[in-house]
Parts: sequence; structure tokens; C-alpha cells
Amino acid sequence: MSADAAPAQTPPPAAPSPRVGLFVTCLVDLFRPSVGFAAVKLMEDAGCTVEVPAAQTCCGQPAFNSGDRADARDIAGAVIRAFEGYDYVVAPSGSCASMLKKHYVELFDGDPAAMERANLFSAKVFELVSFLTDVLGLDRVEAAFSGTATYHDSCSGLRELGIERQPRKLLQSVEGLELKEMQDSDVCCGFGGTFCVKYPDISNKIVSEKTRCIEESGAELLLAGDLGCLMNMAGKLKREGSRIEVRHVAEVLAGMTEQPAIGEKKRG
Amino acid sequence: MHITSPAFKDNARAALDDDALQRALGNVRSGFIGKRAKAAAALPEFEQLRDAARDIKDHVLAHLDLYLEAYADKVEASGGHVHWAQSAEDARRIILGICEAKKARTVTKGKSMITEEIGLNAFLEEHAVTPVETDLGEYIIQLRGEHPSHIIAPAVHVNKDQVEEDFRRVHTHLDPARNLEEPTTLLSEARAVLRDKYFQADIGITGANFLVAETGSSIIVTNEGNGDLTQILPKTHIVVASVEKVVPTLEDMSQIMRVLARSATGQDMSVYTTLSTGPKRPEDPDGPEDYHVVLLDNGRSAMLGSEFQEMLRCIRCGACMNHCPVYHAVGGHAYGWVYPGPMGAVLTPSLIGVDQAGHLPNASTFCGRCESVCPMRIPLPKMMRHWREREFSRNLNPAAARYGLGLWAFFAKRPAVYHAAMRLAIGTLSRLGRRSGRFASLPFAGGWTRFRDLPAPQGPTFQAQWAKQRKSA
Repeated sequence: MSADAAPAQTPPPAAPSPRVGLFVTCLVDLFRPSVGFAAVKLMEDAGCTVEVPAAQTCCGQPAFNSGDRADARDIAGAVIRAFEGYDYVVAPSGSCASMLKKHYVELFDGDPAAMERANLFSAKVFELVSFLTDVLGLDRVEAAFSGTATYHDSCSGLRELGIERQPRKLLQSVEGLELKEMQDSDVCCGFGGTFCVKYPDISNKIVSEKTRCIEESGAELLLAGDLGCLMNMAGKLKREGSRIEVRHVAEVLAGMTEQPAIGEKKRG
Repeated sequence: MHITSPAFKDNARAALDDDALQRALGNVRSGFIGKRAKAAAALPEFEQLRDAARDIKDHVLAHLDLYLEAYADKVEASGGHVHWAQSAEDARRIILGICEAKKARTVTKGKSMITEEIGLNAFLEEHAVTPVETDLGEYIIQLRGEHPSHIIAPAVHVNKDQVEEDFRRVHTHLDPARNLEEPTTLLSEARAVLRDKYFQADIGITGANFLVAETGSSIIVTNEGNGDLTQILPKTHIVVASVEKVVPTLEDMSQIMRVLARSATGQDMSVYTTLSTGPKRPEDPDGPEDYHVVLLDNGRSAMLGSEFQEMLRCIRCGACMNHCPVYHAVGGHAYGWVYPGPMGAVLTPSLIGVDQAGHLPNASTFCGRCESVCPMRIPLPKMMRHWREREFSRNLNPAAARYGLGLWAFFAKRPAVYHAAMRLAIGTLSRLGRRSGRFASLPFAGGWTRFRDLPAPQGPTFQAQWAKQRKSA
């Protein structure tokens, strides 16, 4: 698996206090803002200045993966403009980061000037955990969480951006947290964006295999780096009556776990 | 072959409800993946070999006409005959013509996906020629009146107890009390039954894994040796191969061979690698008296120069489907035509039209595992997306999906309107979901909530909270 994953790019040396534009991602914006705040905290703690351009909505993947290149290109152009002035663009999602980093360039075939801008932009884009480790050189975090956790490798992060050992390395430094690997952690959870509603029966079969592996790991907490996958797996676990809690990896790394887990009601 | 790809969704549902199939599919998940990973890890230069294999095929595809002509010349020079077939119909006619000229009653067949593609067996039967499949998996599904569900393991959807039933039903000349519980006894029985067929056959038909321009040879790889008996014993050997199978030299072939079996079954090499070059020469102890090659285009030349050209690098190892979560869930028959899994999702629309096969490139999560194991580094997800682009530009996708996407894009392209609208929508949704933290059902979200709960939003959007924080800071 790791042999096929794209190696993390050798990053440009980090400036003393890099200016980071946070690409929040639409799902974090709408469903789980605490992941955005956890990302801000992690990067500020590591010495970054973090800003959140208001002129962002979504990375455009729903259009891109539905064959609608024109809308995808318009959205990509808007994102590139919104993030022009930053040293780095960071997203708490391997899937959105990969869209920005790997796929935007494809959208500007035949327009050399736009392609050039897209290339310059893509070089600045990183997924959150990869940014913390590969760019900022972080190898531990100051956080505590008592319990056992298992980590799901989301597909785009793993196979397009080579994110595999970075989150595990940081999680190992979380005080009180024990990592228990599940079987087939690198296998898709069946979310796939619009796939899960276009082909609900197949998606259900795939996520059922995934929740079986999660349960069998014996962990109390499921972590991953992509909210789409997390909502899918949490939704299935809750439907099955599971007691396993589900969180974005950034929440645990930032020590921000006071909010209820994904799909759980407020305590008290 | 009857095409059921337009009914992919129904096929998939039926497959998910088929307990025997689901049991059999477990073997795909547990078998192939680990073996491939082990074989790849054991060869330090495996990744470089993948690059080399890709480069060889890219070179061939850039000069396909040249290499095909060179290959055909060599076949003719060695005393063989080359037939060019533009369509499946052409190929069937050519093969039937040879059968009729030889007054053939029975033909034995080595495993060949191309003959599935052209629907050869049914056609021969209609014309009083009996085809006999000699690959064990193919033999089993021929007895069952089925088609392959996997390109290298055609009967992977069948369980051992089902094979036992089929053998008892068909091999009525054998003792009904015989013990068939062990896989090896099933194998021995098939071998014994097939042994006679090889000697009865008037013609042997095989596919080809490679055609070598340098020598005019066709190459098959098998694990059972059935291909050798098929092509050596009958008086006539017909090779049926699609045009992209040609490689320049024997050296090129052996380069690609090093990734083929490793990717397919995790073997270093298949048990048998058989080269055949023309008919029997006077000094040869055995071999066919007549040697024919049918070169099939059937839509492939139209892929050259298109965004689907790279698909022609495919060497049919099956690694993509072995690693595909969708294939694991529904098996190969759900795809509704000859080629299943990720390679089928790209190739099938090219060969039968995206109008018919539109579901196939859509039924993918884009998890990318197929591309990560493809020995020829074919960008399968990217090409599935290209099919979606073609569908979108021709308005082939469902109206509801187009409308939803259009509405979403309208907002996504207008950040200020988007944030205002989302603030309202998320505010409502989070209030509704506050009590339980999730929804068991929700209007317009049935696709999601039929099988899983929808986690409720935490509260105001990130953008709303961030704007408030920054204002007060």
C-alpha cells in the first residue's frame, strides 16, 4: 500500500510565521465547525498566522466528479483568487486538499496563463496533518485523550497525497491515547461524495464492511481526516446502535474534544 | 451477448441479496489482495517495472499501425494467415468461415475474453459447431450457461458445492456415489472429462496475452496447461486477439510479463507461458497444420488519440477489480456485459456506448485503489470521470441530479449568497437535530438516511462563528 502512495512533496522551507489561508471545506463549515477551530488552533500553536477568506464555499468536487467541468472550473478559479496572497493553503480534508492540489490544474487545459496560476496555487496547498508534519516538521502535539482509537485512511489523502504515517505519528504523542489498527484501514468507507446517494445499496454494503472492521478493532473511538467519510461511518455506526464515538483527527490532536462526537447529542 | 448494463442498479441489488454470491465474493477479498501485495513487495524493482511496462505500451500505441503490419508480415512469413476484423460480426464470420472450410464439428477453446466480447460460443452453436471451454473456470460456467464474472477467474462467483452439483448434473456417465467433496477431486474429474475433448476437436481457438511483432508469435499464459493442448492437438489453431495486444519484441513481452502474473495472482509467473509461431514446420514433432490469427478492432482504433487511449495499455490482469470495493460488493455480472470492475467501467462505454453503459463509470467512489495497483498505471478514475463529462455534456445523467447540481453550483459560485443561505438552512437543521444529535430520516435525504443516520450540524456555520469572533476580537 505505502509503496504505491504518492510520496509527500518536499516542502519549501517554512517562513518564521507563515501566513496560512484555511480552506475550511463545505462539510466542516456546515456540519462541524469545531474541526475548523481545531485546525486553527493546531496551526497557531505551531506558529502560523491563520486567516479564513470569506470568499470560499466548496472545492468544486461535486461538479468535477459529476462531469460538470465548466462549473468546477469557475469554482476553482474563485478559490485560487481567494487564496492568492497566502504562503500556504491548508484544508482539514485529504479529499478537498487533493482536489485543490492535484485536480485544479487539470481543469485549465488549453489556458496556459490559468494553468500557470493553478500550478503556483497547487504548490502551496496541503492537507492539515501533512502540513503540520511534512511542512512544519511537527512530530508531537500537546494533547491528552484517554481511551483507545482506530484510524481510517481516507482514500484521497492516502493514495493521492501519501498521508498514512503522519496522523499516526502525531496521535502516538497524544497522552493517554492508544492506537488500535483495524483490518483494511486503507479500504474505502463507501462514501464517495454523491456516490453514496446515487448508489445507496452498494454504498451501504461497503460501509457495513467498514463498520465491521471498526467494531472488530475493539477501539472506543474512530478517527479520520475527512468529514465526509466520518459522517458516513458515524451515521452507519449510530444506525447499528454502536457505542463507538467518531471524531475528526484534528479535534483529538488539538485537544478539543469537549463538543459531542459526530452524531451524538449534547451531554447533560 | 445480451447487455444488461442499463439495469446496473437492479443487477447490483440482486447481487447484494444473493447469499451464495456474497459468500464467493469473500474469496476475492481474502485471496488476491494479499498475494499481489506480497509478490510486489518481494521484487525491489516492481515499481520501475510498472513504469517500463507503461512506456512500452505507450510506444506501441503511438505506432500501432506499424507494429501490426510488422506482426502480420511475420505471421504470413511463418506460413500463417492473418484476418483483419473491424467488428465483432466480422470476427465471428471469419471464424465460422474457417470452421466451415475445415468441416469442423467441435472446437476446443482456451480462456479468452475476446471471444466473450464477440459472443463466439453462442454464434458457433447456432451454426452447428460445438465449442468446448477447457479452462476449468470457463468449463464450469459453460456448464452453468453463464458468462465470466471476472476476467482471470471466470467462475469466481461460484462456490465449490455449486460446482459439485453441476458436475453431478452433467457428468452422468460417472458413478453417482463418487466423492466430490475435495476441490482436487473436482479438478481431476474435469481434467478426465476434458482430456477426450482435446482429441475430438477439429479446431483449437485461443486468445493471446501478447502478439510479438519481431517474431510473429502469439503468447498465452495459463496455469492449467489447457491452452497448450488446445492449440497443439487439433489440426487448426485460430488465435483471436484485439489489435492492442501487439508489442515490438520478445524482450518487451518479457518485461511486461514480469508485472502481469504478480499483479493478477501474485505468482512470479504463470505456470505455463506458451509461444506459438505459425503452423507446424516439417521438422516439428507436433503442432497445427493450419494457423490463423484474427485481429479484432471492434472500436479500439477509435480510442486512439482520445482521452481513453491509455485504456489500451490494459493487459487484463484483473488487479483493478480484485481491489475494487464496488466489485467486492456486487461481483462481475452486475456490470452487465463482458468486462467488469474498474477496467470495465472505462472500456465498456468505449465498446458498447456510454448510453448503454453509463452507470459503470458512475458506480465508483473514486477511491483510487484500482489505479494504485494497475501494473500499467492506467488512470482509471480519471477516465471514468471523462465518461461522466461526456454524459454531462450530452445530458445523459438523470434530470433530478442535473437540477440538484445546477442549484448547488449556483450557490457555490456566489459566496455571499451561499453563506447567507447556509446560515439559515444550517440554523434550522441544527435546531431540529439538537435533541438527538442526528436524524434517522429527513426530507430529500432518503438516499442517505435509508441506511444510515445523518449527523446533525453542531450549530452556526464555521464562517458565521469566525466572522463573529473576529469582529469581537
